[in-house]
Formats: sequence, C-alpha cells, structure tokens
Amino acid sequence: MSTLLEVSGISVTFDGFRAINNLSFNIGNAELRAIIGPNGAGKTTFMDIVTGKTRPDEGRVIWGEKNISLLKMSESQIARAGVGRKFQRPTVFEDQSVFDNLLMALKKERGPFDVLLYRRSAQDRDKVHALADEIGLSAELPRKAGELAHGQKQWLEIGMLLAQEPRLLLVDEPAAGMSPAEREHTTNLLKEAAKTRAVVVVEHDMEFVRRLDCKVTVFHEGSVLAEGSLDHVTANQEVIDVYLGR
Amino acid sequence: MERSFFARNPSTLIFITILAVFTLGVTLLSEGLGVDVISTSMVKTLGKTLCLCLIAIAMDLVWGYCGILSLGHFAFFGLGGYMIGMWLMYERTKAIVVSATAGAPLPPTPQEIRDGIGTQIFGVVGGAEIPPIWYFADSLFAQLALVVLIPGLLALVFGWLAFRSRVTGVYLSILTQAMTLALSLYLFQNDSGLRGNNGLSGLQNLPGAENVPQSLISIYFLWASAAALALGYLLAAWIVGGKFGSVIRGIRDDEARVRFLGYHVEGYKLFVFTVTAIIAAIAGALYYPQAGIINPAEIAPIASIYLAVWVAIGGRGRLYGAVIGAAFVSLVSTWFTGGQAPDIPLGFYTVKWVDWWLVLLGLSFVAVTLFAPKGIGGLFDMLSGRLAPQRHGADLGPDQGSFREKEAEQ
Repeated sequence: MSTLLEVSGISVTFDGFRAINNLSFNIGNAELRAIIGPNGAGKTTFMDIVTGKTRPDEGRVIWGEKNISLLKMSESQIARAGVGRKFQRPTVFEDQSVFDNLLMALKKERGPFDVLLYRRSAQDRDKVHALADEIGLSAELPRKAGELAHGQKQWLEIGMLLAQEPRLLLVDEPAAGMSPAEREHTTNLLKEAAKTRAVVVVEHDMEFVRRLDCKVTVFHEGSVLAEGSLDHVTANQEVIDVYLGR
Repeated sequence: MERSFFARNPSTLIFITILAVFTLGVTLLSEGLGVDVISTSMVKTLGKTLCLCLIAIAMDLVWGYCGILSLGHFAFFGLGGYMIGMWLMYERTKAIVVSATAGAPLPPTPQEIRDGIGTQIFGVVGGAEIPPIWYFADSLFAQLALVVLIPGLLALVFGWLAFRSRVTGVYLSILTQAMTLALSLYLFQNDSGLRGNNGLSGLQNLPGAENVPQSLISIYFLWASAAALALGYLLAAWIVGGKFGSVIRGIRDDEARVRFLGYHVEGYKLFVFTVTAIIAAIAGALYYPQAGIINPAEIAPIASIYLAVWVAIGGRGRLYGAVIGAAFVSLVSTWFTGGQAPDIPLGFYTVKWVDWWLVLLGLSFVAVTLFAPKGIGGLFDMLSGRLAPQRHGADLGPDQGSFREKEAEQ
C-alpha cells in the first residue's frame, strides 16, 4: 500500500513544553486509523502541524505521490491539496443555511474572482442534495446551521469535509456529545469514507474506537507509544500504565 | 438555471424604487426644476446624504459582511474628494486667470497662465509653484481615473501588508485608524501640496458651467449621487448575494474554519477592502463638489468612527440597514447641529442641542449595541416575520445554539 502522508521526526515546543517529541506517523491511501492517548499527548498539536496551523521545530511532513512537503504551504493551500479537518467542537457557519454551508465546502475553484463569478449549476445542487442525504440532513437544507442539534452539526461538518473531496480526513473527537444512535451513524459515515480515502480519527471513547475496527496508534507525551490492532495495543503493558490503567 | 438576481434579492428592487421616487420627488419640489419648495442648499444636503449612504454601503460590506472594522474608509472618501477637487480648482482658477488677463495688450503665454494659477491656488500657503502631484490636474479624465486609482492602490498596499501579517480584530481597527490619522496629519502640512489646512475650496463651481445656476447643478449632482448609490447597492447586493457573500460571512464568523476549507482568507479580505475603498472614493468624489470645500479635518479618524456608528445604528450585515443608518443619523445630526432643534430649558440649565447632540448620539449607539444589535434594519424583520424563534430553557447540547429544552419537548 502506497503512503499518502508521511510524518517523520517532528518536534515542537511551546514555551519550553515539548508538545511533540520526535513523532513519526504514516498513513496509506485508503485507510482508517484511530489515534488515542491521554490529554496532552499531542493529538491535536499533531493535527495542527499536518494542517499547517502550527510549524514544527524540526522534522518532515511529506504528502502524496509527488512527495510534496506540507511545511512550506499555508493552511488554505494544504486544504486545497486534499487535507480536510474536523474540529473537536462542531464549527459550522451558524448564520448560514445548511445548503450554503455545504455549497461553500464543495470542491470548486477557491480564488476570489472564481467565487465571485460562480454560478450555481444544477449539477452542484444535486451534489449538495446527495451529500445531505448521506449525512441525513436532507430535510434541514434550508434551515440555518445554528438551529441544528449538536449531533446534526457534527454530521454537517463531516458532510462539509466530504464535500471538499479530501484525500485525507482528520477528525477530532467526532462522537463527543452524541447519543448511541448518532454514534452508530457517525461510525458508518467514517467507515464508508475510509473506503476511498485516508481517515484519521482522534477519539477518547474506547467503545467508539472498537466499533471503528481499525488500526490504532497510541500517542503519549508527544510521541508514538504503540501501534496495531485495538486488542494488540490494549494488551501492551506501557499503554495500560499510561492510559488505560488510570 | 437558478432564479433571477432580483427574485433572489427582493430588497434590491424595493430599494431602487424608493430611491427613484425620492429623487423624482426632490426634483419636482426643487428650486431648479420644480415648484421651489426645497431650497438649493437642502437639495445639496440631500445629495450629500446619498453619498454618505453609498459609503455606508461600503462600510457595511467590509464590516457588516466581512467583519473588518475599518476606521479608515473616510480617508478613501476624502482622497476621492481631493482627486476631483484638484481638477475643479485648477480649471476654475485657470478660467479666472485667463479672464483677468483678457484685457491685456499681449495675450498671456502658457507659462504666465501657469504661474498665475500657481499664485492663486498656493498663495495662501506661501507658495507659487504648482507641486508635481498636480501634474494631471488639467485633465478631467486623468483626475477621474485617479479618484479610483489612488485610494484603490492605497487600500491594496495597506491591506496587503496588514492582512498578510494576519492582523485582525481590534488591532486591525487601530492600524486603519493610524493610517487615517497619518494621512490627515500629512495633509494638514502646508507643503503637502494640497493647501494644508485650507484644503481645496470653491468646488461647487463647475468649470465650463459658469452660466448654469447652482439650483440646477445641485439637481444634476443629486441625480448623479442617486445613480451612484443605486449602482453601488446593486454591486454590493451582487457581491454578497452569491457564494462570495457566503465565504466572506464565513470569514466574519470563523476565519480559521474558512481557511481549512481551502479558501485563501487574506485574498478575500484584500478584495473586499480594496473594492469598498474604491466605492468610498467614488462617494467622496460626488460629495465634495456638493459640499464645496474639502480640508484635512474631513479625513480625521472621527469621521470614520461616525461611519461605523451609522452602520451599527442602521443595522450591519444588511445593505438597506446601512443606508437607513447613514441617512437617518446624518440628517438628524444636521437638524440638531444646525441650530434648528429647540433648546430645552431645565431652569437651572439649558440643554443646547448643538452641544448635547453628540452625547445623545453616543448614548443611542450604546443603547443600540446593547439592546438592538440588529439596529433599525431589525424592524424590517418584524414586518416580514423573520423573527428568530423564541428559545427559552437551558441548552440541551454542550454548545450554544443547540436545541433547547422547550423546543425539544414540542
């Protein structure tokens, strides 16, 4: 399996605190991966580095077949290259309709003049409707995103991610604040997405990770502690000590 | 094919209709072309008000929609005024110099005319040389181009530097205010080449139209201002009506999220900042010939702060709100400060509105911000029944805006 994202030897320090310490991480083209780890293990910082929000002090982040370094690119360039990110809190544009939220995320030219002259085609509308179907928000399209329930906002954000057609999806705690039925729907969405692209899920909830049924990477103090199937890593004594056994 | 532009923006048609009726009404009641009910100076005030509405639209675009609280748009407005003022003053003075030397036995050489103009215009600041920045002042076409180019370039360069460094929020406001203050202080200097604190005057006299009475010229400017306002409104409605509007409102609400969607946020901000600077400059170029005089005090930061107050009172984030705010507050302000409002004797103290108007304005600004953040424009939501649902009870979810208890029970 070819590698889509290769992170090697990155370190980052905030005011003397080493948030990421010589961390390496690879993911293939169509792979589902869960990242677990205690608070402060560097999970969110890792995502910040991949998406260009934080610059590492050292190390490499190599992307795609052409081995491009993501470190020299801005957030928006990285997003256009095909990295989509879902934040811990659902961040949708609350003042705008669900339809407009999805339309904005739809993979299109992103320049100001392209967007200014953009005319909505029937094809784009169908795409938005198909996406809304997938995330179960067809009935909510004309509503303002701010009126949605928490779980629905999470799905809308996942829908916006899918609309971007990213090759790599970074998802931060998708199941937070969801009911069991909503969790199951979310699991299915993520598993479905991982058939055609790489998906990285950061999650605290072990039950949710078990349901994802994928390879798991355990972070601890800014580096990888263990990697493998969930049963494999949960049997690891070090993992039990720092994370599970508390 | 989607619905037409006007079907998607019904307020545009209503606005343009009201504007047309207003302009026609003023024309019919005017001194110049109508039944002489509205004086020429009142027509000029109304024409100027339309220009202020236009810059309010620009402010609403950049602040209400894109979230950039610029305290510098009156600098662009003033620059536009200066650019057109240079041509007006130069050509007018040239006509005076030429007519003054008409009786001389020898016709004046071009150099003599030029010297005469220099002495006339710059004598007041102790100079006679025409500064290099007046190079194009004898060409109306060139100065009209400069109305757009100079403020546009200034906005482009300033915006590029500011947005590229990711200066946002209140820091950006301070930066724009600093730019405005610097420009105004520079223009106050006598050797700035724009007559220092005297500014440019006599702008109401159009060269080549000496025989046209002011009562008619005021009407023409009213029409021009109304046309510019209508076009500006259409342009703004078109910009915010589509996906572009979606993106800039997204930038206003959550800049980082828009960035992670792959949009180059700085490019969008720069676009909006520059376009609104140009709109402001055009508004200024129409305003100052009606005002007759422009001086650096017009550019001072306080003017741009007033602009923000108008837009906030009118209702930001909606174009007609900005127009209502600018028209309402500036006309009321003219009424209060013009000495027409009756004083209120309290026995021990007499409230003179000329002094107390600013206090009243400040209080209304605070009141609007606290109690009616949608401004006057919010009243239209009541009419059209677009009220936000009443949401009582505690949040069910962990975030603001989630379903609340009572809604969930329904």
